[in-house]
Amino acid sequence: MLLSVNNLSVSRGGVSLFKGLNFTLSSGQFISLTGGNGTGKTTLLRSIAGLQPIDEGEILIETDNFIFAGDSNGIKTSLTVSENLRFWSAIFGEKEFEEALEVFHLTKFENRFAGKLSAGQKRRLSLARLMLADKGIWLLDEPTVSLDKKSMEEFSKILKNHLKAGGAAVVATHTDLGLKTHSSNINIEDYRTKSGNLNASAGAFL
Amino acid sequence: MSLWEYANPVKFLKLSDKVLPFFVGFSIIGLSIGLFWGFFFTPDDYRQGSTVKIIYLHVPSALMAINAWFMMLVASLIWLVRRHHVSALAAKAAAPVGVTMTMVALVTGALWGQPMWGTWWAWDPRLTSFLVLFLFYLGYMALWSAIDNPDTAADLTSMLCIVGSVFAILSRYAVNFWNQGLHQGASLSLDKEKNVADVFYQPLLFSIFGFVFLFLTLVLIGTRTEIRLRRTEALRLRKDSE
Amino acid sequence: MIALLQRDLLLAVRAGGGFGLGVAFFLIVVVLVPLGIGPDMVILSKVSVGVLWVGALLACVLSLDRIFSLDYDDGTLELLLTSPIPLEAVVTIKAFSHWITTGLPLVVVSPILGLLLGLQVSDLKWVVISLLIGTPALSAIGAFGASLTVGIRRGGLLLSLLVLPLYVPTLIFGANVASKGLEDVSNNGALLILTAVTLAAFSILPFASAFVLRINLR
Repeated sequence: MLLSVNNLSVSRGGVSLFKGLNFTLSSGQFISLTGGNGTGKTTLLRSIAGLQPIDEGEILIETDNFIFAGDSNGIKTSLTVSENLRFWSAIFGEKEFEEALEVFHLTKFENRFAGKLSAGQKRRLSLARLMLADKGIWLLDEPTVSLDKKSMEEFSKILKNHLKAGGAAVVATHTDLGLKTHSSNINIEDYRTKSGNLNASAGAFL
Repeated sequence: MSLWEYANPVKFLKLSDKVLPFFVGFSIIGLSIGLFWGFFFTPDDYRQGSTVKIIYLHVPSALMAINAWFMMLVASLIWLVRRHHVSALAAKAAAPVGVTMTMVALVTGALWGQPMWGTWWAWDPRLTSFLVLFLFYLGYMALWSAIDNPDTAADLTSMLCIVGSVFAILSRYAVNFWNQGLHQGASLSLDKEKNVADVFYQPLLFSIFGFVFLFLTLVLIGTRTEIRLRRTEALRLRKDSE
Repeated sequence: MIALLQRDLLLAVRAGGGFGLGVAFFLIVVVLVPLGIGPDMVILSKVSVGVLWVGALLACVLSLDRIFSLDYDDGTLELLLTSPIPLEAVVTIKAFSHWITTGLPLVVVSPILGLLLGLQVSDLKWVVISLLIGTPALSAIGAFGASLTVGIRRGGLLLSLLVLPLYVPTLIFGANVASKGLEDVSNNGALLILTAVTLAAFSILPFASAFVLRINLR
């Protein structure tokens, strides 16, 4: 098992978002997170990635076996495409970046400044970072935003390969990535805290 | 029954309701005895004349200016270790009182210095340290007011207070190094001989007693206001999320 | 980690003015001072050390918010926090690259500006030495201030208010090293303390900065 979430509750801005969330993620498994805006998909991913403290419960994860991709691209516009990737490849120190360029069809833009790319191309560059590290779990927040249909299909192929190779992924998304086997869905709204519930910090004043 | 129980904001409000009148009383008693005795019933100093009487405002306010920062440091540490909201809010409430005390110490010092040294201001180590302390207070309060999320603000200001304390001590040492100064030695110290004659000393103690309770009273009132603000905010949040 | 340093330096070159801006500001301060207090070289040489140190300090403060704000805005900082590199190391590297892009150029031009302020060529040595040892502390302390204000919009003025009081000891010891050196008085004591301040700032403050950054990225 790569990740186990037990009885988790998290909050944002003092208000509790969801309670009692349980799930496990094992090798080759894909979990899609759904739920309306503001229900806590991003907050859940950030909590798993260790960016945000949780209110209750526990998250069991190997801290050096995941890679997180948030809603912003993390791209330096004044660096070229290959300079951007070379940087992250050096940070992880696990893989060269040429393969990632090819897989995401960025080779011909290699020497172009990232600021000159279209929104979809930037997203592809941002996702190419995932290939640079040899991490088991991918935690992705709306990865397919601004991707066209063709890029989306290619990305779901990449995701499939990652799962086939023994990886796993938790993805907040509203689009169907066409992953039939080993995929499950968690609708966060099912765990929503009943309205008007504050977390311990804000609740201490009542 | 642990003392930490009163770190709960609601319990703290109840407890402070009872304590506050005593604090007010003590500060009125201490201040009126100390200041009246000091101003009207002590002789003029043979060298300093009647200007010496500003000591009853200057020394206590200078003491409280430093002690307020020290209190903020302790409260910040408690917040970072034990996450008690009252502690963070007390630190927040102490800052404006501390900065006022610093200002009173600086202004009364200038008023005292003018007839004695012939100048309103000198870049003396003590004076300079107090000016630097004043700047530290300003930065601390500005950081509190710049951050919306109250818990984040408490965390960041606590860290600033801790790092700031180290640098404040270092600055104190640095300004000594930088200039030897003309300020007289400490008026009160436990280890050395008394530097202030008994006639001035006794009313001074009353005045200090009064200032301590004045400080506690103001911080208590400030903390209660902060708690109520947070309570209002929490109620609003609860209503919004319904 | 070397990659991070390389990238930061490359960005400073690419972004245009990363290197030059601080030096230009330093130059302006030094030019304005004689215009303000008169052309008397004797008076100028007396205040020269102080002017150079205060000028370097202000030039340094001016560029502090660049240490983290760009990486914060485009999401890189968040990704770095989840990367295998410890955040403390990220802070140290970023403070160091700030020193290379801001502090070091100031040290390099300081002898020329010293001449403008009436210092003798033989006196310039101590100005350079004091700035060389002291300016890294300014970057490390500044990185702490920058991590406090990273989430705040238009936090520049607040950043100066927070950081400048923290600069007091470095300024005093740094200027003391230079002015005692100029007078041919022994400045060993001040030199030792200045070195200690820089070393301590670089070895301890990154922990405080990383703590604060984690909170700001929650």
